[in-house]
Amino acid sequence: MRNAVIAFVVSVGLAGAAFAQHEAELEPANNNIANVASLQRGAKYFVNYCLGCHSAKYVRYNRLAQDLQLSEQQLTDSLMFTGERPFDTMAIAMRPEDSKRWFSISPPDLSLIARSRGTDYIYTYLRSFYAAPNRPTGVDNIVFPNTSMPHVLWKLQGTQRAVFTTDEHNTKIFKGFETIAPGELDKEGFDNVVRDIVNFLDYIGEPIKRERQQLGIRVIGFLLVFLLISYMLKKEIWKDVK
Amino acid sequence: MASTEADVFDRLGRGLAALRVWIDDRFPMTKLIKEHATEYYASKNFNFWYGFGVIATVVLVMQLVTGIFLTMNYKPASAEAFASVEYIMRDVDWGWLIRYLHSTGASAFFIVVYLHMFRGLLYGSYKKPRELVWIIGMFIYLCLMAEAFFGYLLPWGNMSYWGAQVIVTLIGSVPFVGDGLTDWIRGDFFISDITLNRFFAFHVIAVPLLLLLLVVVHIMALHEVGSNNPDGIEIKEHKGPDGHPIDGVAFHPYHTSKDLVIVVIFLILFAAVVFFAPDMGGYFLEHANFEPANVLSTPEHIAPVWYFTPFYAILRAVPNETIGIALMGLAVLLPFFLPWLDRCRVKSIRYRSWIYKIVLMTFAITFIALGYLGLQRPTTLVARLSLLFTILYFAFFFVMPFYTRREKTKPVPTRVTP
Repeated sequence: MRNAVIAFVVSVGLAGAAFAQHEAELEPANNNIANVASLQRGAKYFVNYCLGCHSAKYVRYNRLAQDLQLSEQQLTDSLMFTGERPFDTMAIAMRPEDSKRWFSISPPDLSLIARSRGTDYIYTYLRSFYAAPNRPTGVDNIVFPNTSMPHVLWKLQGTQRAVFTTDEHNTKIFKGFETIAPGELDKEGFDNVVRDIVNFLDYIGEPIKRERQQLGIRVIGFLLVFLLISYMLKKEIWKDVK
Repeated sequence: MASTEADVFDRLGRGLAALRVWIDDRFPMTKLIKEHATEYYASKNFNFWYGFGVIATVVLVMQLVTGIFLTMNYKPASAEAFASVEYIMRDVDWGWLIRYLHSTGASAFFIVVYLHMFRGLLYGSYKKPRELVWIIGMFIYLCLMAEAFFGYLLPWGNMSYWGAQVIVTLIGSVPFVGDGLTDWIRGDFFISDITLNRFFAFHVIAVPLLLLLLVVVHIMALHEVGSNNPDGIEIKEHKGPDGHPIDGVAFHPYHTSKDLVIVVIFLILFAAVVFFAPDMGGYFLEHANFEPANVLSTPEHIAPVWYFTPFYAILRAVPNETIGIALMGLAVLLPFFLPWLDRCRVKSIRYRSWIYKIVLMTFAITFIALGYLGLQRPTTLVARLSLLFTILYFAFFFVMPFYTRREKTKPVPTRVTP
């Protein structure tokens, strides 16, 4: 058992060290879940580019429509293509045992990815694929080296190569990207697409977030008024105590 | 003839009085209300430090009530637990609020209890005749730690899983019986569905029952000896002609009305977290816990939730695990002995020596520093600082009997100061 503890502590330490080595600088996503138009675009991109492999199995289509101000008709016309019903969740048909064989790992469910990884991580990750002919997918990623995910958005972004230098300890240092072939969108246009996707993922991570904050203001407002009343009550009761 | 309004109230009043007599003949209702509220006298000069007891009670009730509603939709099975929490967050009406109240409540409980305990250190509330109040309180604290530990596995997130894994593995370092004990606690050879099920049982039945019982005993013991005060003097020693302490005011309505203000202030701060930062930047709800438990994938950095990290830092401070675990256990148990480690007769810090003031402030900083270090990745610097603060932590307790015996204290007033 003692060995197990040692092994465990060491493995945690190594995992930590490995993480420290890979830690790439993240760029701020600057998304805004109050921007419904962005969420609608994000939903469209998510359904078109992500939902083939990644499920969002805790997210219901009809809840989505309600929060994104879409009618049921708009929902079924533009976001639902495979015979789901509006109250279904965003499931996928790909079986985990198949995807594990194809990609070496099953693509994770994305319902909570914005909460577990953070929006900046996803924003930087989706923009940091670069050509790496030795990889099975032909691409690698600065944020998540050796990722199993192909560059799904390559048509929009185009292809880029990563420029590295080495420091005195012979460690590879990432310098920046160089475009190999431009995509359908310019840099700003592509960043905006990614921002919309991140915004959508942020929203599905916690659909209640905006309502929660709005309610919070009212709750605290009430409590402040009640604080005044309770303080006056206390003053009144204590006025004869010397 | 129609009765007037006064008649109705008159009859109602007489009816209620008769009911009270009827109950009092069978159950000591009025007696209990007098003993614990309307004729329980506590010092009139309580400062804000004296509010954390009532806040802790409010949080306890909130945890019990939200807990009941959570169990209505939570499923304690490894295949369903994580999804059922998300179901509560998304599909159950107001489920998100109940869940955030409960998760924020857990952290709030520890903040409040730590401050409540620190109040005891400031004003010598553990000293004669309140030793048992303190010891029962320490048992409540142990229960709270158990409750938090069992509860943290229930969402079945990856940090739940690996956090429980780390702590259960620690038990394996107990000499001779460690391995058997670990299997016995888990009910399996790894953290599994069976472990989750029994942790659920402990979290929702066993520990809360014990906790409630201890809280009642804590308050009974306190009301037997009477509350301490910021001057650390016994208000019972100066009674007025009515037989009540001159410096005391009745718990109800005086302290209850004051406590109401304190509770509302607490609720404002609490609501700010629940509604605007329920994750608290990953300290109250850890990021890795938004991924379901995965036996094959260890989170990049495992740290217990913040309220356990002072002790976790002590565990990591020494390179030998068995010694580390022994030290951690000792660190949790040492406060039990405070009433006898502190030899100074003066209770309140107001009239104690500058040495004690410095020592107590150092101890507070030590505890916070250990908590911070326990959250960090284990680097050499973190290990060295942890060792330093571990030594300071233990020094607080072990050096105490020596310097407190002949401490230079200031004269203590006979009556409370405003």
